[in-house]
Amino acid sequence: MTSTLTQGGIGTNVVRPDGTLKVRGEFAYSSDLWHENMLWGATLRSPHPHARITSIDIASALALPGVYAVLTHSDVPGENQYGLEHPDQPVLASTVVRYEGEPVALVAADHPETARRAVALIKVGYEVLTPVVDVEDAAHGRAEPLHPNGNVVRHLKIRRGPQDVSADVVVSGVYEVGMQDQAFLGPESGLAVPADDGSIDLFIATQSLHDDRRQVAVALGLPLAQVRLTLSGVGGAFGGREDLSMQIHACMLALRTGRPIKMVYNREESFYGHVHRHPARMYYEHGATLDGRLVYVKARLYLDGGAYASSTGAVVINASTLGVGPYDVPSVTLDTWGVYTNNPPCGAMRGFGAVQAGFAYESQMDKLAAALAMDPVELRTLNAMSQGSLMPTGQVIDAPAPVAELLRLVSVKPLPGKASDSLTDMPGGVSNTTHGEGVVRGVGYGLGIKNVGFSAGFDDYSTARVKVSLVNGEPVAWVHTAAAEVGQGLVTVLQQIVRTELDVSTVTVAPMDTSIGDGGSSSASRQTYVTGGAVQEACRRILARLDGRPLADVLAGQELDELVEWRHRPTFPLDPETGQGMAHVQHAFSAHRAVVDVDVELGLVKVVELVCAQDVGRAINPDGVVGQIQGATAQSLGLAVMEEILVSDGKIRNPSFTDYLIPTMLDMPPMVVDVLENPDPHAPYGLRGAGEPATVSATPAIVAAIRAATGLALPRIPVRPEHLVQEALEEVAQDGLLGGQ
Amino acid sequence: MDFLRPTSLAEALEMKAADPAAVPIAGGTDVMVELNFDHRRPEALLDLTRIEELTGWSSADGRITFGAGLPYTRLIDELGPVLPGLAMASRTVGSPQIRNRGTVGGNLGTASPAGDTHPVLLACDAVVEVASVRGRRMIPAAEFYVGVKRSSLAADELIVAVHIPSATGPQQFSKVGTRNAMVIAVCAFGLALHPAERRVGAAIGSAAPTPRRVSAAEDFLAGELDWDSPRPLTDSVTSRFGELVASAASPIDDVRGTAAYRVHALSVLARRTLTWAWQEYSAS
Repeated sequence: MTSTLTQGGIGTNVVRPDGTLKVRGEFAYSSDLWHENMLWGATLRSPHPHARITSIDIASALALPGVYAVLTHSDVPGENQYGLEHPDQPVLASTVVRYEGEPVALVAADHPETARRAVALIKVGYEVLTPVVDVEDAAHGRAEPLHPNGNVVRHLKIRRGPQDVSADVVVSGVYEVGMQDQAFLGPESGLAVPADDGSIDLFIATQSLHDDRRQVAVALGLPLAQVRLTLSGVGGAFGGREDLSMQIHACMLALRTGRPIKMVYNREESFYGHVHRHPARMYYEHGATLDGRLVYVKARLYLDGGAYASSTGAVVINASTLGVGPYDVPSVTLDTWGVYTNNPPCGAMRGFGAVQAGFAYESQMDKLAAALAMDPVELRTLNAMSQGSLMPTGQVIDAPAPVAELLRLVSVKPLPGKASDSLTDMPGGVSNTTHGEGVVRGVGYGLGIKNVGFSAGFDDYSTARVKVSLVNGEPVAWVHTAAAEVGQGLVTVLQQIVRTELDVSTVTVAPMDTSIGDGGSSSASRQTYVTGGAVQEACRRILARLDGRPLADVLAGQELDELVEWRHRPTFPLDPETGQGMAHVQHAFSAHRAVVDVDVELGLVKVVELVCAQDVGRAINPDGVVGQIQGATAQSLGLAVMEEILVSDGKIRNPSFTDYLIPTMLDMPPMVVDVLENPDPHAPYGLRGAGEPATVSATPAIVAAIRAATGLALPRIPVRPEHLVQEALEEVAQDGLLGGQ
Repeated sequence: MDFLRPTSLAEALEMKAADPAAVPIAGGTDVMVELNFDHRRPEALLDLTRIEELTGWSSADGRITFGAGLPYTRLIDELGPVLPGLAMASRTVGSPQIRNRGTVGGNLGTASPAGDTHPVLLACDAVVEVASVRGRRMIPAAEFYVGVKRSSLAADELIVAVHIPSATGPQQFSKVGTRNAMVIAVCAFGLALHPAERRVGAAIGSAAPTPRRVSAAEDFLAGELDWDSPRPLTDSVTSRFGELVASAASPIDDVRGTAAYRVHALSVLARRTLTWAWQEYSAS
């Protein structure tokens, strides 16, 4: 029934309705929400990573003119416990704080400044405790338990193939990934409006309206029906809006004061207000034959989940199941621990466990290539998985997996010429640190694998309602879901699908809210697949009702309205002892080549060019797909060379964009992108989730290129200038040049 | 918070005398960040943007005088050819939007050790003109910076202008940051050749509690450079210069970089900028 008659269907570059507004600064984000009579909420947070609360005195704060409420843990109307996977996190801390920045009390006031002053007047007594900060101590029972069941959130074992294996050539390494932040530009914000009947409306920037609603209702002690959420303008997400931030807090203040409550974090508070990417320490050993065939991978991965579980359990599944990369490996022995510490809580971020593992296994592939004196492209090609390959879980790759082809595409692209004399082309940019002195070029490659959708038995579905009616004699369609548009372009994609299916050009996307069933989270590269699938199915049910008659004729006497709950094929939990099972609904692959210029004397890096090839099955909106690949690549460049939340003894040292650096236009080079469309027979239109794979392959490619330029091992990311000039720094120390301090 | 809006310098000085705690604000690129993050809550802001005489510049007898409120963008566009070092440093400040607002006067007022223009002001022997109802004084840049974010400005004084000789020889500014634009200096270096006086001005930033001249390195070069028949510099000269610059630093470890890295990077910047400046001089 697919039609290409209507313009703006799938496969075309339909312009996003929010695009121009965002570029012009006119888009209304959740932080722009306003309500007559509203009050401002503010949060008191723990200054300690680990402490017992001995007292909370709110009297002075309450006495401040303009303050309408000061709330603590005893004011939580329902359960003072919430969480995405495990309800282990208090809405407001009662007896103990487990991370720096943990919310302890709330204030509502008639002005944000008044609210902030009132927060400063709340006196909390703390008995400071020693923080648990080492991930391996936490994993192996060498630290004080921070939660009733100890510090291990999840330990996942993968045992595939023979376990008593040896190989001709063995390389091993220990790799570390620093804590990356999603760095979405729109800080956490929303507006809670109480209703006369005790129910509440929350206008919110989130990735998942229904996950939020479920947790908010439990904390408020309200039935689900009395908690209504409407999506507000989302300024980026990247996983950082899967968990709750101010949702429950704003609702509590609204219900207490009977007034609408607006809450907006500033940038510093935002760094404390959402989860980050898990830092990782990873021990890898690869064995191969003399001709370069992988024999085994043995690995131990430690992921620091911080104070609360968030999505650590799922991150562990991904890091483990995807932990050897897109390669055929006959023997896998892999253990991953996701643990509690008193470090900042970590959870979802684009790439979700696959990124950390990707840095390690790709570094290992380069190390193995060096040990074998093989070309790194050749080694990867030799071991690349393909359709029919087995994952370390035993799952069969039952859709196209053109890994070798992706790598070939990036490796045959002509290499960029020598950089121009312009400072903007030099490491250091306009800071004028080199005119070519010390600059050495390097080229590196990376491959990545990422699952699409929720895994391991999760009931992953979406709900869509499509309605068609005649307006002024023309058929128009209306589509409603609760799936969050977070800036990824979902609104446009849903319109395109309806146009293609129904051959109707005017498609209105209704506001996304909880008056319809769950759309699932805008996570795991899943919305085009799952909500797109639901919309496609709703359209097809409408078409089925036509019995071959023209749509306009049928609509003359009625409107057609279909509500669909749509599921992708099921996945299954992994065997607890062997980690075997069909965990993932779909796998996506990408390859990167990075070309860098490194100033080897100063340790500064200029990424000259990034080439990417990714298979998306079917590009519903080709420009949108390329945008996703560029964005994912930019975020990975950040992880490779600059982005890290620096944490000492549980405390964040750089909670601002002054010192948490993300790439600028002078850091992110032009990209050459090849988009392949080998359809996945199990997916709507054959499409493959597109938002994440490039986050897995870009980082290792860039680091490999820096290694090629410097000859250094570089086992930790982000690579800092200090890492690149270590020898010179040792000389500084030896020469006593620091004596002047 | 009071918002004082003088329209003339005289009025501004009276306001500052009456309320020495009033915080001057021009571009606001430092002050507003502090206010927004609640790091500072002054009783009064003294808005200098309506005072025309602070935003102009003039040139006489080989010297440039520019107002404390001249934005970086105008400095780069209008004074770039005569103050090349200062223009290079200004070019590294923030983003285009920040450079449209930010001023050298603000850089001086904040007196951060990481302020981008300070090494050049020091290397070029700039003089800071300050004023109060008590009168005006001229403070050489080398005496202006007295501690971390502290200057020799008195509580009732405002920074009025910067006096700086037009370049008579090559100048360079170089700064290390951990990204390629919009970054606060990990360390910075300013260099100015003064051929008429047969000497070199050099200073470091972000590598000590204050921006600092590197006198030993300056003196060393004065003795080594053959101004009349310039020859390519030997590695031993550039290396020694780098060492002397580095040894003048007393940096700290912080989130932006380690002390050891700063020392090392300064020696590299010093060597490279000297080489570029001397090549330019030799070619002229």
